[in-house]
Amino acid sequence: MSLDSVPGAPVRESEFQRFANLTWTLAITEWRLRFYGSVLGVAWTLLRPFAFFGVIYVVFAKIAKVGEGVVNYPAYILLSLILFGFFGEVTGGCVGALVQRENLLRKMRFPRLVIPVSVAVTALLNLGMALIAGVIFLVALGVTPDWGWLQLIPMVVLLLIFSLGVGLLLSALFVRFRDIQPIWEVVSQMLFYASPILYVATLVPPDYLRPYLANPIASILTQMRHAIMDPNAAGAAEAIGGAPRLLIPLGIVFGTFALGWWVFNREAPRVAENL
Amino acid sequence: MTVVATGEDSETQRSQQLQTAPAAVSVRGLRKSFRIPHHTYSTLKERVLHPFAARTFEELKAVDDVSFEVARGEFFGIVGRNGSGKSTLLKLLAGIYETDEGEVTIDGRLSPFIELGVGFNPDLAARDNVAINAIMLGLTRKQASERFDDILKFAELEEFIDLKLKNYSSGMSVRLAFSVAIEVDADVLLVDEVLAVGDAAFQHKCFEEFQRMKDEGRTLILVTHDMGAVQRFCDRAMLIERGRVVEIGDPERVARAYNEINFGRLVYDVEDGPRYGDHVAAEIVDAWFENEVGQRLNAQLQGDPLTFAMAVRFNEDLEDPIFAVTLRNSKRHAIFGTSSAAFHGPSGAFKSGQIAEVKISMQNLFAADSFTATPSIAHSGTGQSAIDVREDMARVIIHSTKYTGGVIDLPHEYTIERR
Repeated sequence: MSLDSVPGAPVRESEFQRFANLTWTLAITEWRLRFYGSVLGVAWTLLRPFAFFGVIYVVFAKIAKVGEGVVNYPAYILLSLILFGFFGEVTGGCVGALVQRENLLRKMRFPRLVIPVSVAVTALLNLGMALIAGVIFLVALGVTPDWGWLQLIPMVVLLLIFSLGVGLLLSALFVRFRDIQPIWEVVSQMLFYASPILYVATLVPPDYLRPYLANPIASILTQMRHAIMDPNAAGAAEAIGGAPRLLIPLGIVFGTFALGWWVFNREAPRVAENL
Repeated sequence: MTVVATGEDSETQRSQQLQTAPAAVSVRGLRKSFRIPHHTYSTLKERVLHPFAARTFEELKAVDDVSFEVARGEFFGIVGRNGSGKSTLLKLLAGIYETDEGEVTIDGRLSPFIELGVGFNPDLAARDNVAINAIMLGLTRKQASERFDDILKFAELEEFIDLKLKNYSSGMSVRLAFSVAIEVDADVLLVDEVLAVGDAAFQHKCFEEFQRMKDEGRTLILVTHDMGAVQRFCDRAMLIERGRVVEIGDPERVARAYNEINFGRLVYDVEDGPRYGDHVAAEIVDAWFENEVGQRLNAQLQGDPLTFAMAVRFNEDLEDPIFAVTLRNSKRHAIFGTSSAAFHGPSGAFKSGQIAEVKISMQNLFAADSFTATPSIAHSGTGQSAIDVREDMARVIIHSTKYTGGVIDLPHEYTIERR
């Protein structure tokens, strides 16, 4: 039985409009609340990746000297951190999202998808701010902007689809299995090191490079290095050994999203009672 | 109190209209059960460690074959004790829970929420909360900003609009929530426990608002414990117990059935209170309420004869002992007290081994409630030296067809003169 399809029930606003309204309201409220009462306010969004960047830069570029010979290595670390931070925020935020919004879920009828999507929208707002600051920083570091930078847009879109797919899966599973949270913390940590953030993909031994780049985040960051930091560095297609092979990470992105979508929608009607 | 000359007529007119009105909500054979597992494996680890553990569970039938119809423009009450399934039923109607079996048909736009103030956030100013709440309840951004002033005006909170919600009193925030909720464009409203809103003046406004909704032909389904509200607002009501419909129809009848279920249980469940005095010279061995023909009562209708009785056994010879009783209502207020010394005079001599029954028949003006009686015996004199005091030894429930809010309903008369 679906109440939304009851004949003779005119809808106040289209379903999509209601979805968009709710998502945006939740996202913006969450975004504002995060910095509620803090002195630096929104600046905290930036402080985190930049402070992290500072530490990593000193350790990896100056002490361990991992990035020797890598063009614009500091800029690469910063942007990778920002992008991975986005992935971490969406997935980490989605895990407990349904349980935190228990009050809404139990008291109101609305598309359950609103909740994970609003988490992603909040993260997008933060990403936008961080990217603006990041770009300024990049220019200050001496990276020259060019049209290649626009590739950031499809990269962010792919990353969004991937993280939302994972997020949908995690949030639906968390309702049933509460240890998803610590498990995901570990997996997320592993992904951090399995992605070229502190180092670059070309440092990975050639034998392992292709399976390594099956990780969509690794492919995205490798392509980013080619598009923004160093046109001479191998792009994702070149590193994985031909553009057709990119279908593997792409397949993982869309496959994950499809799986997350399916599991979430399967669980959604009973989420309120399983909480 | 307003006296409407044609009150009776408009009432009957309304109920006739409702009888012929098409159904706004129609529920047929609705069932919903929850599985309560004996062992909860809520983590993956446990699931992995006990892969073949029998997943036994108990099936809790929260809503069990419920059917009813609510006419368009009707105010319909759903009452029941805690855990009777009434909230589950409301959630099924609202589409928050998925039904197991049966059909729910709603004709008209259904409000998406079942509680006031959904999404209120204590850290945000009232202004923001109104906007967020309005959008949650299904208003568009444009509608929300257009109606903003009306909402505040109704809530009478204009001066506090920039105050954070956590600094609001609970009454203020419910007022705000109620004011937003009435702006929602819905033909069918579902509401869980809200009617006691704010102070008397604001309550009056809310009642007027309900009246306006009635006049507009909106349908309201109300889940509550408050029998007064049901009798006051609802055209019909339904009592559910263990997920099944026990009684449906006239609110007065439903309220009485509810009281019977509710307090009827208390009579047997609740133990006597403490006992004072040495109860050597005499002891109270039994106490009860009875009607005019001496039948013991658990419940009595207001106005029908009510007698309190106690049985006393004397272990010593006693001269003029004082018998007394105090009646308390469910809020522990002493509503009535009497003693033989003050209202009867000397009680005379009693011999050791004798048993006496003392009966006090009273005019039954008590408001609907559960009452307990605390009988006592004292040595003659000031009544200070108690022999036996048995707190809450007897109980009785008083039903009434009217809700007045008082503890007793004094006989009274109206005089209305037109000049």
